Amino acid sequence: MSESTLSAGHVRTPLALRFPSVLVFLAVLGLFTLGVTILSEGFGIGAISTSFVKTLGKTLCLCLVALAMDLVWGYCGILSLGHMAFFGLGGYAIGMWLMYERTRLIVVDSLAASELPPTAQEISDGIATQIFGVVGASEFPPVWAFAHSLPIQLAFVVLVPGLLALVFGWLAFRSRVTGVYLSILTQAMTLALSLYLFQNDSGLRGNNGLSGLQNLPGLDAVPQATVSVWFFWGSAFALGAGYVLCAWIVSGKFGSVIRAIRDDEARVRFLGYPVEAFKLFVFTLTAIIAGIAGALYYPQAGIINPTEIAPIASIYLAVWVAIGGRGRLYGAVIGAAFVSLLSTWFTGGQAPDINLGFYRIQWVDWWTVLLGLSFVLVTLFAPKGIGGLVDIIIDRTTPNRHGADLGPDQGALREREADK
Amino acid sequence: MLNWVRLCVALICLAAPANAQNAEAPIQQVLQEHAEIIAKSSRQTIGPAIDALAASGLPEARLVLAKWQNKEMWQNEETGLFVYAEEVDRDTLRIFDFADSSEIGEVPDDDYDQLKPNSGIRGMIGAALVQFQLTDPDAKMRRQALAAIERDADASHLPALRKAAEAEEHPGLAARMDRLERLLTIRFEEDESTRIAAIESFRGDLGVDVRATLNPLLATRLETASELPDSADVARELDPGSDALSREAAYDLLVSEGINRPRISRADKRAALVANIEDGSVAGVQVATLDSESARDMAYAALAETGVVQPVATEAEVDAAIDSQVFFERYIGAPPEIALAAAAVLQSIENKVTVNQALDLGLDALSLASIYFLAAIGLAITFGVMGVINMAHGEFIMMGAYTGYVVQQIVPDYTLSIILALPLAFAITFGAGVAMERLVIRWLYHRPLETLLATFGISIALQQIAKNIFGTQARPLTSPDWLDGSLVFNDIVAISYIRIAIFVLALLFLAMFLLVMNRTRLGLEVRAVTQNPRMAASMGINPDRINMLTFGFGSGIAGIAGVAIGLYAKVTSEMGADYIVQSFMTVVVGGVGNIWGTLLGATLVGSVQKGIEWLNPSNTLAAQTYMILFIILFIQFRPRGIIALKGRAAEA
Repeated sequence: MSESTLSAGHVRTPLALRFPSVLVFLAVLGLFTLGVTILSEGFGIGAISTSFVKTLGKTLCLCLVALAMDLVWGYCGILSLGHMAFFGLGGYAIGMWLMYERTRLIVVDSLAASELPPTAQEISDGIATQIFGVVGASEFPPVWAFAHSLPIQLAFVVLVPGLLALVFGWLAFRSRVTGVYLSILTQAMTLALSLYLFQNDSGLRGNNGLSGLQNLPGLDAVPQATVSVWFFWGSAFALGAGYVLCAWIVSGKFGSVIRAIRDDEARVRFLGYPVEAFKLFVFTLTAIIAGIAGALYYPQAGIINPTEIAPIASIYLAVWVAIGGRGRLYGAVIGAAFVSLLSTWFTGGQAPDINLGFYRIQWVDWWTVLLGLSFVLVTLFAPKGIGGLVDIIIDRTTPNRHGADLGPDQGALREREADK
Repeated sequence: MLNWVRLCVALICLAAPANAQNAEAPIQQVLQEHAEIIAKSSRQTIGPAIDALAASGLPEARLVLAKWQNKEMWQNEETGLFVYAEEVDRDTLRIFDFADSSEIGEVPDDDYDQLKPNSGIRGMIGAALVQFQLTDPDAKMRRQALAAIERDADASHLPALRKAAEAEEHPGLAARMDRLERLLTIRFEEDESTRIAAIESFRGDLGVDVRATLNPLLATRLETASELPDSADVARELDPGSDALSREAAYDLLVSEGINRPRISRADKRAALVANIEDGSVAGVQVATLDSESARDMAYAALAETGVVQPVATEAEVDAAIDSQVFFERYIGAPPEIALAAAAVLQSIENKVTVNQALDLGLDALSLASIYFLAAIGLAITFGVMGVINMAHGEFIMMGAYTGYVVQQIVPDYTLSIILALPLAFAITFGAGVAMERLVIRWLYHRPLETLLATFGISIALQQIAKNIFGTQARPLTSPDWLDGSLVFNDIVAISYIRIAIFVLALLFLAMFLLVMNRTRLGLEVRAVTQNPRMAASMGINPDRINMLTFGFGSGIAGIAGVAIGLYAKVTSEMGADYIVQSFMTVVVGGVGNIWGTLLGATLVGSVQKGIEWLNPSNTLAAQTYMILFIILFIQFRPRGIIALKGRAAEA
């Protein structure tokens, strides 16, 4: 908001000092990126496989969307169950260009051998048949109107989730839908979106989704080992930038206001702040961050389909943030990285089975149960999540309030500033 | 005199048995008249013979036709007389006279030729036989004959049917005959006013057979002319480029009428150009420049000038040709007066069909609403009354359904197993609900977001556990026989008994909820604890116990709902997730904390979804999408639901 007018009169301390975790985080991220690059097949000694580099790159994207989730939920108190839908929309936006352009190159290649030079219509028909044959169509749906243009699709990565969040948030916040009602409403929005995308005539290939996204058009000569590292760098850069941005937002007065909204919305409104505008800004900004994260994630995953947008994905996102520790940015990153990597390990079949004699626990089947129950346990016994360990380690527990209650949501984590 | 008599007797005895037949009997004469074509037995020529028999008015004609159809009619090789016979053994026949059905005697089968009508002829004989069956004293035969005509009617049936309808005394059959007679009149009657009267008599009739009879009368043919002809049989003018007639189809008609020359498809044009490439150019045009349709058109035109290919119509010619002609539909199914009458009656029928479809849709919506209500009523207790967000509510529904499935595996009798499953499902989910309340939810009261997350965790875990136990495939929950079938009101409005059962169950639940909440001690205590737990506690109510019981009660109802929903849909581990969002929507739309609101919410959500499905019948996914969008918008205008609590209760 109006940072400059608010801070006029005194010199602000630099962000790094106000928010010491930024430097630590950037240093760790930088070292990690360097390490992965050195160990990768594309640019280093090849100690870790290309697919694992991709897994790590995808994890960084998930950390970025978790960061957005933490900003909107941990700091602003809006438990959105729709941010993975924004993530998926970003993926779809970039996936459309990747798929269109690659198919176009293939079609032009194959038509070049024919006797007559191809007309524009023939090329377009050829691409459409290639892409939409699987859903029984052979013409481009209107949503693909700009799929040929990378800049426009890149703009869509930001605009589509941003506009959806803006419209939805405006509708929801202006009618004062809050708390669990808002969560259920966002979940309904996510469900509606995924059901819509599941239809064959949605124009986005129904449940087949978009595929072959790992192949960059025109860069067939570049091996995947190299491409994977490029995307890893991109993801790391986006995560670092996202962290700085989020830290900057929550460290200033704006951050204080949104935390206050989280703790007692009515009181903030009474003090004269336009609560709805603050919430709408945070909601839309985080949707855009989620869209960007998705646009980086899906070229590494190679395929996107409506299952990725289903409400359960957004619930897992909330799980990551809660396990990592909401209300602190590094908590979200730790949670997303920890749970998603662990999940990959368990569901990938690497985890050893446990033989109980009468029953053999196969983690592929039981991991989800473990995750669900650990979620209950974290909510009940460790509301601060993994991030709470940091508090213990640096021996700075939250001040004793002697049982005083600061707001209606006793479970929400309060920052130390609230007490000053 | 005596001698003459004796001579006669001797002659008869000598000639016996074959000549004992009366060659002069009228039926035999009819047969003899057509003996040649009967013996020839060809479908093309047999018609007159069958008609003559049917029209003879002789009572024996039916016997002849029946025997002929059954391949039991034989012809004497010498005399050409027809008899019917049964085979005594391989070589011997016992023959009977058609005239009086008397046995003539046993003869070797060498003297007789069996008539073997093929299936086509047998069908024609059958059609002729129908008129006799229609007047058969046995009502069953008459019914069969009617069914045969309904299946495959023929112009010849009409007079017979009229005659039979006049004489028919059985009221049910008479009505059926009358209806069939009118239908046949529409199809085969020559006299126009009679036909129109018959058509008019069906105004507003919902029967599918009526529409099937009337629709062919409205058959039209697409025609074109330079001006719209001023004749009565022009059904309507079509505008080329509209939905009813594309420009392509219009031009195809012009081409097939020989008015204009054909167009060429892009693929054919391309093939023609490719076939005529010479030294990198086509008719003097460089191949490399042929990268647009207009360039190819020009190259093709140049090619046509050299005479190598046929000239084709250009787009401009096509447009001019289409614009200069009018296109219209002409009635070909019937004369225009009849077609117009049929169109008017069909319109009246369509109107009535629409009304009935709306009625049927209403029933569908009602049953969907009762399913949503069943799914949501447990939630109305835990969420609406207690304010606890239980995202595992759907999994309680699933547990109930799986309980029903397991009970059916043990108890094979479906009726008994359902009766057992209902209380068992209640008990199991009640237990699960109480356990969940004690272990998790109790610690999270007044922390709704955390309750939501924790119950999500439980939901995920329960879903996966069910998947691990029962597998991913859908399990059937079979309904008892007496719930099969449906209640049919007419050809359009029908509702299956299982939906009625679900509706009744929903009403029962509503009654039970109202009874428990308003008339029992438990209900009073629940309301007290909900409104003000501290005050309630100071009045001697144990809030912990009440919360536990209430939550268990809501969960138990979800279990029973699960059995009912399982009967209607498939039992899978994900079935709960399918209902959870809708259930919450139902409660929120209706207004939290009010059972009537939940009822209204379920009705609204059910009707809206059915309404959208009706507008776009091919796509239930789209219906769900738009339904959710509708709810999101609805909440904009009534954030507190249809029935919003006011005053102190709203704050609780």
